[in-house]
Amino acid sequence: MTRINSAAELEELRQGILSKKDPDKPSIAICAGLSCLGLGNGAVINAFKEEIRKQSLEAKVDVIATGCHGFCEKGPIVVINPEEICYLQVTPEDVPEIVSQTVIGKKVIDRLIYTDPKSGEKAALMSEIPFYKKQMRVLMGNNAKINPKSIDDYLAIGGYSALAKALNEMSPVQVLEEVTKANLRGRGGGGFPAGRKWETTRNAPNETKYVIVNAHEGEPGAFMDRALFQGNPHSVLEGLIIGAYAIGSQQGFIYTRHDTPELRKNVDIALAQAEEYGLLGENILGSGFSFKVEVHFDVGIFVSGESSALMRSIEGKAPEPKPKYIRTSVHGIWDRPSNLNNVETWANVPQIIGKGSEWYNSIGTEKSKGTKLISLSGHVCNSTVVEVPMGTSLKEIVYDFGGGIPNGKKLKAIHFGGPMGGTIPESLIDNPLDFDVLSKLGASMGAGDMLMMDEGTCLVEVARFFLDFLSGESCGKCVPCREGIRQMLNILTNMTKGKGKAGDIELMEELAEVIGAAALCSLGRSVQNPLLSMLKYFRDEFEAHIEKRCPAHSCKALIALEGV
Amino acid sequence: MDNDAIEQILNKYQGQSRQLIRVMMEIQEENHWLPREVMMKISEKLEVPFSRVLRIATYYKTFSLTPKGRHEIHVCTGTACHIRGAQSVLETVQDLTGIKPGETDAEHKFSLETVNCQGCCTCGPMLKVDEKTHSRISSNEIADALKKYD
Repeated sequence: MTRINSAAELEELRQGILSKKDPDKPSIAICAGLSCLGLGNGAVINAFKEEIRKQSLEAKVDVIATGCHGFCEKGPIVVINPEEICYLQVTPEDVPEIVSQTVIGKKVIDRLIYTDPKSGEKAALMSEIPFYKKQMRVLMGNNAKINPKSIDDYLAIGGYSALAKALNEMSPVQVLEEVTKANLRGRGGGGFPAGRKWETTRNAPNETKYVIVNAHEGEPGAFMDRALFQGNPHSVLEGLIIGAYAIGSQQGFIYTRHDTPELRKNVDIALAQAEEYGLLGENILGSGFSFKVEVHFDVGIFVSGESSALMRSIEGKAPEPKPKYIRTSVHGIWDRPSNLNNVETWANVPQIIGKGSEWYNSIGTEKSKGTKLISLSGHVCNSTVVEVPMGTSLKEIVYDFGGGIPNGKKLKAIHFGGPMGGTIPESLIDNPLDFDVLSKLGASMGAGDMLMMDEGTCLVEVARFFLDFLSGESCGKCVPCREGIRQMLNILTNMTKGKGKAGDIELMEELAEVIGAAALCSLGRSVQNPLLSMLKYFRDEFEAHIEKRCPAHSCKALIALEGV
Repeated sequence: MDNDAIEQILNKYQGQSRQLIRVMMEIQEENHWLPREVMMKISEKLEVPFSRVLRIATYYKTFSLTPKGRHEIHVCTGTACHIRGAQSVLETVQDLTGIKPGETDAEHKFSLETVNCQGCCTCGPMLKVDEKTHSRISSNEIADALKKYD
């Protein structure tokens, strides 16, 4: 690899890569996302490598382990290019047949392609499968096309051209203005305008500023950031470098999970390759702008995803949050201005710079622009990652992409945003995916994780579960959070055991109010959100538990009492 | 305990106090637990107070202050797994191994931990033994899955 010294040299390199690529050369793109690996794709990848070697096809066929394709429920997924024939639920035993029939023989194997569960219609191509066809895969679409371990693959699809444009044709202020005009809002949970956040850090009075990728993704049920970062790490890195240029930062940090080896590997490789090409380091693309990135790890506690705790962790200290009136945008890592955005937010930046804010504004609703990655889990036929324009109706997400509720049961409620999110009842399913609409309903979008719950789910038990989780994850520094969670958890546990008493609900509401007002950080101030939203829509269910009834027939102790 | 490997990690980050968490993570991954004398060495080499090493070791769930078993079982109790029956998976594992989350059995065969979401909710309920994921597992399949380990 040689260092690239200008935008012109970058284009030259890109053309060189493209001219060496034969568009008709068959390649086998095997999803190596977390779900597919969990479902046994490791064996499928090995089987393909072995079969290609056995048939001496190494020079004629590429085998690539890619990032997540999104349709996790039907994994392991294998796509045969250039035709884009998509095979689902592939086993190692299918491999010889796929190589001889499809890769060489160009014939589709009927039993491995998608069959619509209702109409029985079949679809062989990825673009024909309704799950993919109806999405708008601006960020995720390249996952099935590139090898996440190859920067050349990313360059071949136009990668780093937005960075070249920013450094060459735009001033830092122009980049900032473009992101502000695009109305990009933070994808990590708050939905705060990214442009305004950047501006605060840019204007903060300190020469040294930091930019950070939050890839902590600690919310149970949220897995879209891992899918994107692991599958296309350069798209996030490119966004980070552009952001650093706009903000005036020379040092970036990536804060990610230690327990996802494939993600760690891909990020390390991406950084090393970007450095070799000179896209990181001194004088990037001859612009005079210099920027470095360092990787730090979460080693297993939820609160370290909170902005001030995360920054303490990067300093090498225990991740205890600071009071929220100290803004990390101004006083962050080592007390210096630090801009934190999550994986998906950064990945949107090259899109905005490359295609312009007008294009970005054409997608979405009035105040929520662009696409959003959603991870679906719980009582849903397809646990998947989907990317849809903001404004898509929740009903469409649950039924068209999620495939509805399994086992013939009815949907009862949707929970957004993990243990600090909110729940809405099935009756509100016609609402659009929109930061402000969801907030008004009492369920902030969070990172975009949607948990479906069927009619057999007891919400008192789910509220108890979230508080149980949070009681283990609270750092314990401030009393309202530490003790408040514990007391609410005690009350809910008693309710599920048939020991609830009159006044319990009111007492929890009082506790929730105090925690919301007095806790130190945004974790503490949000712990009561699930409970309050459930009380708003399902109060009768909590009241029933005090009367020793569980309407969902789920709490064992209450079923036993009913039997008496 | 592989002293050379631990020395190597320590030398790589000598004097870099901000790499404390990374050093502890790498040693935990290599050695599967953090003996007191190793933590003392970390404190010396990285020039951070021993109290801070200990504080971080007890704060994060990943670090272990006692030796782990030959095989580490992780049962996912994230929300999606929870509503798909993770509790009964956990109870079955506890019955079969005789240990609770955070414990290691007397023969040092298994250690048991719960984890909060591994990011593959379609696999739920699931458990991992070392690197192997057992997806969509039901309680009556667990005994067979655990038999393979010695």
